[in-house]
Amino acid sequence: MPGIALLVFREVLEAALIVTIVCAATRGVARRGLFVSGGLALGVLGALLVAAFAGALAGAFSGVGQEVFNACVLFAAVLMIGWHVLWMSSHGRALATQMKALGGAVHSGSSSLMMLLLVVALAVLREGSEVVLFLYGMVAGGASGVFAGLALGVVAGVATGFALYFGLLRIPLRHFFTATNGLLVLLAAGLASSAARYLVQADLLPALVDPLWDSSWLLANGSIVGEALHILIGYDARPSGIMLVFYLAVVALLLGGMRLLNGPANRRAVQTPAADPSY
Amino acid sequence: MRRILMVAGLVLVAFAVQAADIPEYRLVISNHRYEPTELKVPAGVKFKLLVENRDSTPEEFESNEFNREKIILPHSTAQIFVGPLAPGRYKFFGDFHQDTAQGALVVE
Repeated sequence: MPGIALLVFREVLEAALIVTIVCAATRGVARRGLFVSGGLALGVLGALLVAAFAGALAGAFSGVGQEVFNACVLFAAVLMIGWHVLWMSSHGRALATQMKALGGAVHSGSSSLMMLLLVVALAVLREGSEVVLFLYGMVAGGASGVFAGLALGVVAGVATGFALYFGLLRIPLRHFFTATNGLLVLLAAGLASSAARYLVQADLLPALVDPLWDSSWLLANGSIVGEALHILIGYDARPSGIMLVFYLAVVALLLGGMRLLNGPANRRAVQTPAADPSY
Repeated sequence: MRRILMVAGLVLVAFAVQAADIPEYRLVISNHRYEPTELKVPAGVKFKLLVENRDSTPEEFESNEFNREKIILPHSTAQIFVGPLAPGRYKFFGDFHQDTAQGALVVE
């Protein structure tokens, strides 16, 4: 049972951290809970479907279907997050005015809500399908305490997500959205570098230098902290060169795009609205 | 059109030649254990690892030391491209049965 709980916890934690950052970034957006729940439900459904069709998926693209699928899911999440970050930069001023007028809650924010729903769904789908396959194996293998392990793992993973969320809420309001935007950029960059790793594993991309460095003596990929940082900022103890290329490309594209879209007047306006967000 | 077909044909041949050049090594998962537990592979070349899962439950082949992870479904074989690796010992494990599924690549 402890082994089951630990594996479930690690997978749930990965999804929970992504959902947490996205929730923090959409603080103050009305009807947010509805869209998070929708994303969760869609993600669980997707996870079951992916697990059910895992055989067909594995056989696709001459045996590298699993890698191609994972890379596509990751790139889709990167696209959603990137689009949201840039959209926020260009609509920051309008949103700011609106948030003031409505006393905090933004009622339009259609980009935010769709982004929220899809990123939550993709994160849950990817990690959830692994949990489903693992639990299926455990049940088929006659392991005991499967459901207790599942419950414990889910509760612990979600609790860690909540802890991070309330930690983020302590960031001063003046800096809050700058901080969450920064977190979103690093999250997207990390996801893109994971996608590159899958494509190297499928022999569809060259690794370039592999490994570029080895910091596993300091913080190993398999440790819980290493895994949490892997999701949050894309940390990898032994990355290949192409992973760093993808990481830096996403950071450069998003920071460059934000700077282009977000004029100096706009930047000032974005910081005012956060004076009283409702969440 | 003919030129496109010719180029496509050449690309396919190139891929086939490349694929044929990649050496293959085989691992078997049975009773949630890897066989062999130590697999010798050459240093400095890319190779294809064929992992056959003979159990009736899924396994996830994973290594933090050469950075790979792939789910291997019951009664199926999955391919994983690895390397080129520097000489040394690289551990791998089965994420779903970590207490028994442990092994290492010995690269020389």
